[in-house]
Formats: sequence, structure tokens, C-alpha cells
Amino acid sequence: MKYQLLLFGLVAARATFPGFAADGSDSTGANEAEVAKEIHKFILSKSEPKTETEMKVYTNTIPGSTVKYSLVPIPGGEFLMGSAEKEPGRKPDEGPQHKVKIDPFWMGQFEVTWNEFELFMFPTEERKFKETIPTDPSVDKTSDGVSRPTKPYVEMSFGMGRDGYPAISMTQHAANKYCQWLSAKAGHFYRLPTEAEWEYACRAATTTAYSFGDDPSKLGEYAWFDANSDSKYQKVGKKKPNPWGLYDMHGNVAEWCLDQYEPNYDRFKDGIATNPWVKATKPYPHSARGGSWDDPAELLRSAARRASDKSWKTQDPQLPKSVWYHTDAQFLGFRIIRPLKVPAPEELEKYWTSGVEKD
Amino acid sequence: MNELNTPHSDSQTTRRDFLKKTSTAVVGGTLLGGLTIERAAHAAGSDLLKVALIGCGGRGSGAANQALNTYNCGPVKLVAMADAFRDQLDGSYNSLTKEQKDRVDVPEEHKFVGFDAYKKAIGLADVVILATPPGFRPSHFEEAVRQGKHVFMEKPVATDAPGVRRVLAAAEEAKKKGLKVGVGLQRHHQLGYLETLSRLHDGAIGDLVAMRCYWNGTTPWVKPRAELEKKYGRKLTEMEYQMRNWYYFVWICGDHIVEQHIHNLDVINWVKNGYPVRAHGMGGCEVRKGPDYGEIFDHHAVEFEYADGSRCFSQCRHINGCWSDVSEHVVGSKGKAYLSDGRWNISGGTTWQFRDKQERERYQQEHDDLFNAIRQDKPYNEAENGAKSSLTAILGRMATYCGKIVEWDAALESKISYFPKNLAWDAEMGVKPGADGLYPHAVPGKTVVV
Repeated sequence: MKYQLLLFGLVAARATFPGFAADGSDSTGANEAEVAKEIHKFILSKSEPKTETEMKVYTNTIPGSTVKYSLVPIPGGEFLMGSAEKEPGRKPDEGPQHKVKIDPFWMGQFEVTWNEFELFMFPTEERKFKETIPTDPSVDKTSDGVSRPTKPYVEMSFGMGRDGYPAISMTQHAANKYCQWLSAKAGHFYRLPTEAEWEYACRAATTTAYSFGDDPSKLGEYAWFDANSDSKYQKVGKKKPNPWGLYDMHGNVAEWCLDQYEPNYDRFKDGIATNPWVKATKPYPHSARGGSWDDPAELLRSAARRASDKSWKTQDPQLPKSVWYHTDAQFLGFRIIRPLKVPAPEELEKYWTSGVEKD
Repeated sequence: MNELNTPHSDSQTTRRDFLKKTSTAVVGGTLLGGLTIERAAHAAGSDLLKVALIGCGGRGSGAANQALNTYNCGPVKLVAMADAFRDQLDGSYNSLTKEQKDRVDVPEEHKFVGFDAYKKAIGLADVVILATPPGFRPSHFEEAVRQGKHVFMEKPVATDAPGVRRVLAAAEEAKKKGLKVGVGLQRHHQLGYLETLSRLHDGAIGDLVAMRCYWNGTTPWVKPRAELEKKYGRKLTEMEYQMRNWYYFVWICGDHIVEQHIHNLDVINWVKNGYPVRAHGMGGCEVRKGPDYGEIFDHHAVEFEYADGSRCFSQCRHINGCWSDVSEHVVGSKGKAYLSDGRWNISGGTTWQFRDKQERERYQQEHDDLFNAIRQDKPYNEAENGAKSSLTAILGRMATYCGKIVEWDAALESKISYFPKNLAWDAEMGVKPGADGLYPHAVPGKTVVV
């Protein structure tokens, strides 16, 4: 489904005139397939690791800015997804446990911060850097072809802080488009993780409730959650990482995954699922993982799942509601991954455009 | 238990008395559940309420949707729509039809377009939603009251002093006629605010000696002339351009201190149970410059003085990359309070926190409260406070525009109107771009505001 140009920002009193592009850059995204093709070409033109053994930790600067982000390699492998019925705090949607095979990818060491996301959210922020940092016009042309959020009416950090803090309250569509935009800028294939990839990376070869063991009394060393967060999110990377070097997989902000949420794993119970992805067929519910600053310990477990809900847009007083913001989901952010293998252009487009953005 | 449902339901009862009454009865999140039952209980046997939407933008459509969502209290239908622009009206009609199929009954002959469209739409309804850009509100509200209709109107309710006086006069008339008027200052319908205010008024932090409030954020939206002309495939008259990019013009928006920061200033007025007596401040347009951004400032910092000598320090800013925050703060002789959209706490004399994760329905609540008052014929008039909180924000703008101390009474009596003398697409506009395409800004020290 081609998603249309009528994108509505969250504007409490934009009374008479909602509608089309609230900003010049919002009206793009008209030709998703063409943009994906350009990005694909750009990715292939770069000399990048082709095998798992070449994959290293790396830090990149978002082209045209001074903002950095880091990814760590996640080796391919197999794991048991879901939790055992006896695990304390376990919910039925975490079963049945099933075998999953995952291809190698890099994963964001940290949750995506406002520093990164605002470059995407506010084209004027991006333009400020352009005065001092030269960019490649052909790269700009492609990345400007990615649709961008309308401007939010409310202050989206809700006073919890921006510099070094995780970006929050974006729809899955907005997170998808960020991944596409960053891919267009960097020439790497970035996207949201599937639930399987997320859990695989979170567990980091552990089988316990958390990646550090089963004892929730240690959770405070690794995570921000309702017992220690002071009712707000915290700067990324301030707690201990998991065994694979990923920070804040448990807690701080819950993280978007690509999949539509299903209430159980029945469809995967036999055999081994390879890179499973439950593609979206409807706007809700989709999956988020990891729990947040606003959640009790059991919701931070490696297998714990959260389903998106229409109520996450209740605060949006407009009609139609914004496709970009879940103003009520102040616990929700995301991190990016980069699969080693780059799929064909038409596949890329599917990872970035689920087609059910409008609800 | 149900008082909260109609917070302004008894004009003989002051807000403080009301809050005192309710504060003991309210216990956490159980209240909202109770209200649902209460609302449903009053629905039986009620008449159909016909609604007209004046101003079919995103917020207007949202408000109409919320009005139609009050069907649990009794049957309700949207019967007429009006907007200056046909494309706005069509977009709104499509959205509402999708959302509220059985409750949208607006035949082609009840869709009105143009500057006078509102009059005809008002005539067809029992309840009218006034959600055009704020500059039009005084004349629309006057007309709704003249025709004897109940009203929900968005904030702010005026952009200048003459507009405020018209709304105050119409509000008096509405009271005499027994009309119910809701104003979109939805924090008055939000449990966290109601709970916190009741505690402050009960003396939880002693005397309220100093206040701060902020709406520091970013530009909400902009519609550059070139894009509009590309979209519509023609040159826009200055009137049409200003109406479509209305946020950036004082006559229609009021400046962001009026359009947006009013929410926080209104909370401080509520905290003080009164309105400021004078203000001074500073502001300007430092970063958000260019022909697309009209004549408004991108920051204002204002000090408001209340009758008891206490001050409120207020900031609002639309500049990316700066510290951002939307909240209110109160210092009392025995403690302090923090209020924001989602978190409230009091510390000092007593310690109290409020975070109700289910507390998310204030835009719906304000319509439920209004429609209940209409159906039960209870006094309900938020227009006076809406007008005075609008004037508070206008006073702040006057202070930053002129750079001098501005008295409340002088502000209220100001004859200066920014509204165009004539409403027509080719009308002569009060503010026009210069040869460079830029609009003039107020110049503190020179600009005259009262």
C-alpha cells in the first residue's frame, strides 16, 4: 500500500488547516520503491565486510553531522526463543519455546538517542550542520526522498532530557523511516530487529530470565526500571552491558521490533524457524521488547513481550491521528540493526514500509 | 463521587470549594471507572443533540470526534460543517465519516464554505464546536450565543483585547441564556491536575509565594508560501496565505505565547485563583527567521505579578536544539509542587506523587463533562476563565512586544485590534511582507500595545 501524503502532525490547535506537508520535507516519500533502489545501489557501491569473520565493532558519524552511533557484531547462531513455563513472571505469550536460527548482524550498542533521531525528525537541525559540514549531494538527494515526521505540537521528551537520552514515543512507522533515512545517509542497510533477532541479541547465549542470570535483585546493576528510574528514562549506556556488549537491552526504554504481535509462538513450534518475521497485516498490535523505566522487573526479562495499542495515541487530540507519534508511549524507543546480508531492493522496501502505518 | 465529572457545574460554588469537596472522595484511579457508570446512567431517555463543527482542521475534527463519542450519555449527531476552505472541510468529513459512520449526517447542503459559513452551520445545531484558528473565535462565539447554542470552543478564545472583551460579554449573555460553554483548556479535566490543585488549595505547601511555568519546545508546523502555491497550482492572495500559514500571524494566532503557552499560564491562574495584575518581559525572534515564519517571536520570557505580590516567571520558546520543557512549578511557604502533563508531585510539608497510567482521557473528558452538563441542565461556563486566561497570555505578549510594564486593566481596555478590517480573499491585510518577503516584528521599546 502506498502511503499517502496526507500526514498529520500532533497539533492541539491547528484548528482549521491540517493536512498536507507541515514542512517541506514531509511531502516526500512519494516513491518508496525508487528511493529503496537508490539506497540499495549506494549500499552495494561501498566496500564493506562480506563475511562474519570480518565483522567488527564500529562507530559511525551520521554523514553531514557530528552525531555518532556505534554497532557491535552479533554472531549468527541458534537459540531457544521464549521462556520456560516455570520462569517467574512468565506470561503465556512467551511460549511455546522454539528453536530459531539467526543470521549474523550488527546491533546498535545503545538505544537511538534524541541526538540521532532529531536530525531525522527536524530537517532544520540537519540543515544547521550543513553550513559547516560538506555532504555528498547525491546522498542528500536520496535521503531527502525518505518521508519525514511532521513537526510535533507537544514537547516530545516530556522534560525527561534530550542530549544523550533515548528518543521516545515514535510510531513503528517513524522508527522504520529513521532506519531507511540512516541507510540512505550511511550506505549501510539499517532496520528494526525482528523479535527473534532482538531476543537472540538480548540473551547473548544465556537461557536465564535476564542476560545476567535469574536473580532480579541484580537488575539495578544492568537496567533502569520502575524501582530505580525516578519515574523517567535515563541516559543510554550508564548501566552494565550484556555479555555481547549491548547496553540497556533490559529497561530504560522498551524497543520496537518489526513483527506484528501474536499472542503465542504456536506457528513456530515445530522444527527450526530461520530468521522468522511475522509481517504486519494490521496497524495493531506490533511488538516491543525489553521493558522500560516505567515497568516492574518481570517485564524486563529477555523473553517478555509488549503489544502496541491504539491507546498509545490517546493524547493526540487531532483527527486523523498522527502516523508518526505515540504520544502516550513515553516508555518506547528503538535500536537499529544492520544485517550482514543485504537483500534485494524490493525486500529493503518491505523492511522500511510495513504498509499499515495508518490506523 | 461524581462531582469531578462536572468540575464547574455549580457557579455558586467556587472552584476551591468544589475541590475541597472532592479531594476527600477521590481515591486514585477508581474515580474514572465510577464516572463511566455515572455517565451511562444519565444517558437514558435523552434527546438527540445535533452538533455543528466550525473549523474543520485536525483539532476541530478531533473535537467533533470526541463530541460524538459522548453517545453513552445520549444520542448525538454531527449535522453541519463549516470552514473557510473546501479542501479542509472535505478532509475532515472523510475522517469523521470513517471514525463515526452512524453519527455523521452532513448532507452536501449542510457543508458551508467561506468567511460566513459559520452562521449557517450554527443555525442547524444544538451544540457548536468552534475550532477555527483563534482570531475568528470572538465573532463565532458571539454568533453561537446569539443563536442560543451550547458551545465547545478551543483555546485561546481571542488574540487581542477587543476580542477578549467580546468573549467576556458573550459569556455573560450565555449565562443568562443558560447556555453551556466548554473551553479547550483540558488540564481542568485531567485528574492529576485536579488532584494537585485541590491539595495546593487545601494548603499542602502553605502560602503560594512563587510560580514558574514553561512551554519550551519547537516549531509546531509551517506552510511555506511556495509549497502552498505549488499544491494549489495558483498564486495565493495575502489573506489566503496568512490563513493557511496562520500560526505566524498575530491577528489569527496571537503568537505562540497565546496559542500554546496559555495552557501553562492558565494553570498558574488556577493555582492562584486569580489573574495577574501586571507583567513585564522580554522576547524576540532570534533563530526562526525568514519569510515563512511571519511576524511572531520565537521566544518570550515574562514575569507576571499577582494581586498578593507573588510572581510567576514564565518562558516559552520555539527553538530547536535548546532546553525543552513543558511544566508548571509552585513554591509555597511550606513546600513546593511540580505539575506537568503526566507527572505531578508535592514535596515539603507533605510528600505526594501522582502518576496514573490510565489517566489519558482528558480530551474526551472535557466533552463528557460538557455534554453531561447540557443533558442535566447544570450551570457550566468556562468562557470567562477561558477569556481571562487568554488575556493573561495576551498581556504577556504585550509585555514582550513593548518591553514595558503592562497593567492588566490597561491590557483589557486596549483598543488595539490586529484583525483585518474586511474579511475577503483580496482584503487589505494589516501586516504585509516587505520587498524582501520578510514580515516586520514588534520592536521592544518602540512598539505600542495598549
